[in-house]
Formats: sequence, C-alpha cells, structure tokens
Amino acid sequence: MRIAVFVKQVPDPSGAGRLDPATNLLVREGVEVVLDPGDAYGIEAALQLAEASQGEVVVISMGGERALEVVRKAMAMGAGSGLHVFDQRLGGSDALATARVLAAAVSRVAPDLVVAGTESTDGYTGTVPAAVAELLGWPSLTFAKHLELSGGTVRVQRQTPAGHDLVEADLPAVVTVTGGINEPRYPTLKGIMGAKSRPLEQLSIEDLGLDAAGLSPQQRVVAVAPAPQRQAGRVVEDDGSAARLIADYLAELKVI
Amino acid sequence: MGLCFDLTDEQEAIRQTCGEFADQVVAPRAAEFDRNQEFPYSVVAQMGELGLFGLPYPTAVGGAGADFVSYLLALEEISRADAALGITLEAGVSLGIAPIFHFGSEQQRERYLPELCSGRGLWAFGLTEPEAGSDAAGTATKAVREGGEYVIDGTKSFITNAGTEISRGVTITAVTGNSGGRPQISAIMVEKGTPGYRQAPPYRKLGWHASDTRELSFDSCRVPIANLVGREGGGFGQFLKVLEGGRIAIAALSVGVAQACLDASLGYSQRRRQFGRTLSRFQATQMKLADMATQIELSRLMVWRAGLLVDQGQPAGRFAAMAKLQASETATWCANQAVQIHGGAGFMEDLPVARYYRDVKINEIGEGTSEIQRLVIASHLLGFKGSVSSLLEGPGTA
Repeated sequence: MRIAVFVKQVPDPSGAGRLDPATNLLVREGVEVVLDPGDAYGIEAALQLAEASQGEVVVISMGGERALEVVRKAMAMGAGSGLHVFDQRLGGSDALATARVLAAAVSRVAPDLVVAGTESTDGYTGTVPAAVAELLGWPSLTFAKHLELSGGTVRVQRQTPAGHDLVEADLPAVVTVTGGINEPRYPTLKGIMGAKSRPLEQLSIEDLGLDAAGLSPQQRVVAVAPAPQRQAGRVVEDDGSAARLIADYLAELKVI
Repeated sequence: MGLCFDLTDEQEAIRQTCGEFADQVVAPRAAEFDRNQEFPYSVVAQMGELGLFGLPYPTAVGGAGADFVSYLLALEEISRADAALGITLEAGVSLGIAPIFHFGSEQQRERYLPELCSGRGLWAFGLTEPEAGSDAAGTATKAVREGGEYVIDGTKSFITNAGTEISRGVTITAVTGNSGGRPQISAIMVEKGTPGYRQAPPYRKLGWHASDTRELSFDSCRVPIANLVGREGGGFGQFLKVLEGGRIAIAALSVGVAQACLDASLGYSQRRRQFGRTLSRFQATQMKLADMATQIELSRLMVWRAGLLVDQGQPAGRFAAMAKLQASETATWCANQAVQIHGGAGFMEDLPVARYYRDVKINEIGEGTSEIQRLVIASHLLGFKGSVSSLLEGPGTA
C-alpha cells in the first residue's frame, strides 16, 4: 500500500497576514512560514493507514525553495520519501494550475490513495484535491472525519451538518480529511535525524512532463474587502417566555 | 570553515519541534505541576517518545543520533516552559546516561542504555554528600571489596531523578581505597531495590517543585564488582568529564529560563498601563528589556561555543565553566528584573514569573557553584588546567 499525502507551507496563520496590493495575493516572502496546520491531520491519517498495512507514505508538496522544510517535517513524522515540486515559474499559481502539477506528481508516485487536508489555511479554495481527482479520473471523497481501508476500497465518514454520510470508493482515490480526525504526532527527534537519509526528489515543471505554458494562472483576485463587522446579538429579557423565543429563533435558523 | 552561527537543518528542526512541544504540551501544565509538587509522569513519557532522553547518543544504543548542540537547543526550549522538567531531562541525559555511555562496559551499556535513552527509565548520579559538595575529594561514602561484591556505606545528598516510579538506579562515587595518601574514588552503579539502598522522602525546595530530589543512603549495600564503572580509582576523572557536559547543559537550561523571563516581560510591559501609557513606553523598562536581551544573547553564544567544542571532541572545561557562570548569573538577574517589571503581579503565583524567580537561583549552585566556576576558570588562566584542588593546594607560583 502506497499512500501519497499533500502538504503545503503557508505563512504562519497565527501571524498577521499581509496582501500584496498589486496582486491581492498573500505575501509569502520575509514572513514566518509553517506546515499548514490542516495538513498535519492528513499526514497523521496517512501514517496510521500505512502503519496498519505495512505500507509507505510519500509526501508531495509544491512550493518555493523553503517548502522543502515541510516535506522534511512530514518525513520526520514518519513518511518514507518526499517529492518537492519547485519551479520559480509556479510562483502565484492558481488552484487549477496547482492541481495540474500535483496530479502529474501523483501519476509519477502512483499511489493507491492520496490524502490531503480539506483546504489550505492561506488560499482556502478547498478545490485542489477534488480537481486533482478529476484530472486523474479518480473518485474524490471529501470531509472525512474517519477513514479506513479494506481490500481495494476506501470507506470514509463524510462530515455533514447533520452528522455523517458513509461513503465508499474503489482505490485509487483522493480523500480529504477534516481537523479532529486524529491527534497529529510530533516529528520524533530520531525521525528528524533520519529524514535526510531518505529519498527526496526535487522536480521542475519539465521533470513532470508538463508544459509551463499550460500552467499560467487563469484566475485573478480583482478585489479584497475586509469581512463585515459581526452584528450585535439579540438580547432576550426573560419574562417567562425566553424558552419559547429561543426555540422560535432556532427553528427560524432551521437548527431544530 | 571559520566562524558561523547558522544552525544545521536538523538542529533548526529539533529546536522548532522542541519549541512547539514546550509551548503546546509543557507550558500549559507547568504551574499545576509546580503547585502540586508533582513529578509529571505523563509529560516525561511524551518527552521520551519524542526522543529527548537519547537525543545526543547514537542510534546504536537507542539514541536519536543528534549532536550535543542539538541537545542544548532542546534543553533551552523545554526549560523556557518549565525549568523543573529541564532539570529532569538534564539530569537524565547528562548525569544519568553520560557516565554509562562514556565509561560503562559493553554489558552495562547494553543492559541500561536502550531503556534510559527511551525515557522509560531514569538513572541518577550521586556525587554530593552532607560533608562533600564543592570539595568532592572529601567523599566519605565507602565501597569495600568483599569477595565478588562491593559493600557500600554512606549518604548522598540532593540527588535528582532517583526516587520516581521510573527510576532504575544511581551511579555513585565512593572511596574504594587509598593511593599515595589520597582517597581513591570510584564510580559504582547501584540498582534501585538493592538491599541496603534507601531513599528519603523528597526534599522541600525553593523551586524545581516538579522535579524529584532526595537524599539516598547506603547501609551495607552489596552490589557485584561488575557494577564498577570504568576502572577502580577512575571516578574523579570521570565526574570531571561528566560535569563538563553537565555545566554546559545547566547553562542552556539557564538561557531557557532567562528567555522566558524576557518573553514574559515583553508581553506584560506592552499590556500594563500606568500614567496613561504602557510600561514599555518608559525608558526605565526599555533599559531593563535591552539589558536582558543582550545578556541572554551573550549567554546563548557561550553555550553554543562550549557545545561546539564538545561536538568537535576538544577540551571544553574552561568554556563550560564560563558558559555556566555567565548564563546562570544572567538568568537570576533576568528573573529579578522580570519580577520588578511585573510589579506586585510578579510577586503573585498567578503569573509564571514568580515561579521563574524561585526556579532560577539553583542554577548558580548545582553542578558547581558560581564560585567553583570562577576557580575553574582561574585555574586555567594560572596554568593549573582546570584543577581546583591544585590551584588551592598544589605546588606552583600562583
């Protein structure tokens, strides 16, 4: 069983992000960068599946030169090898171009399963994993809060507002996992020391057999506006009818 | 290559991982463990899984295979969150494992190191006695050979990590004979549970409340001759070597506490307002913050310098003494400044600076007092090569 896991290096979400006024894109140079916190769940899920099946985990990341750090971090957590797509021409890629690159990387790795976080903490499109599945012609299973493999199928509990759906698909497939699916482990210090001796490929657009011309961004962020201020809540004075008012309010929201 | 202050990728990753672990796992519970005077078994177990106890030892003996500088970086990060856990780690790695790793027989290494490097077991080191502290030559504990055994009698004071549920034993120094009128000191391993081995209840301490510190006594305690570490009479040289690494480690621990004092002071001084402005807008505060940062940076550089010498296999005694002296006195000074910046709130146990203030003083005492560090440094300057006893008593012109 070979499991590929997508990881991304993002500006530290606990810091104040800055936008480049010319492109409306997040500034990625000269800021603290970290492994996307959502990706830690994907790495942990992949490691658990691999450990249960004596399989291996391959880390895949597209990103700048420093993104190598997050590939190494995932390898220090236990992944056996890594693939880092690093090409200056990919700076500022949109979701579709990213998906094309990642799909090509997946084809090269030829895993039985791809695991990814639900969405990245910086771009938040949440479309890349599904787009990769579409490009590969594989099933896409999203929002998994539980994940298991049996034989040639993957079965997930897909989180919904009401609870979860049970979804099953044949392998190979792409699965995105939610935060809370597991408790991600820390990289072990022995793992950090051993990560350098494990295989890590660094590939360019051409190495993946792609054409740079087909990867230029097709979407542009035309404007960015601050989120509206949250409105003050409704205050209910309890004169004995509060319970009914609250119930009516919840019914109005279709919560009950 | 000449001077370079860049950490390697591995060192940086180890520092980052230990920093996250310290912030997320250790820091949130440090006050609770301190208040309850409770040895934090669950956190120590997690530290073991992370690989901290075997960090600077080769994978062949169960370690992580990192260098000594990496261990110092880890120690600074853990101690920044909790100095009591810092000393538990330091005593485990530098005092418990180091003598066995450096001087133990193949059998001793195979028997003990894998468990100790995993953090599932702790080993202690017993040097100090009621009548022998800085003057280690005054050791009164005796180990007399009888047949295939040593019979040990004596008392050891202030021993870290000997009395926990995961403590496995202690390496003690004891007089095994005389050589030219001088006591011959040897290092001998005693497993916990050996008849005649007794541990007192934990001391009541000013700080380091979550670490285990006890007096141990040995009453006709018999251990096999094979428990001797290295050669008979080699104990003095061994513990000088052990303390060389230990002093750098205590210096790293001190830098961690000092950094915690600065971080807390930076945060508080930018929140607390008096006279219509934050404390950070007063020059009186700014001078303190700047001096703290400068002394901490200086201390950290000295820790790295001494650690690098160890990694290069060079004698580090003088630099170890300097690093410990500088870093421990800096940490005490920083804790004092931090409490002052916090004012009345700094005297209350609701904020961590009160704990830093209580925890920090011991760094100027343990593993060689500041006075002993100065004597060690002076002995190097005056041609006595680090030997305090030669400096004080030996022939020479000093």
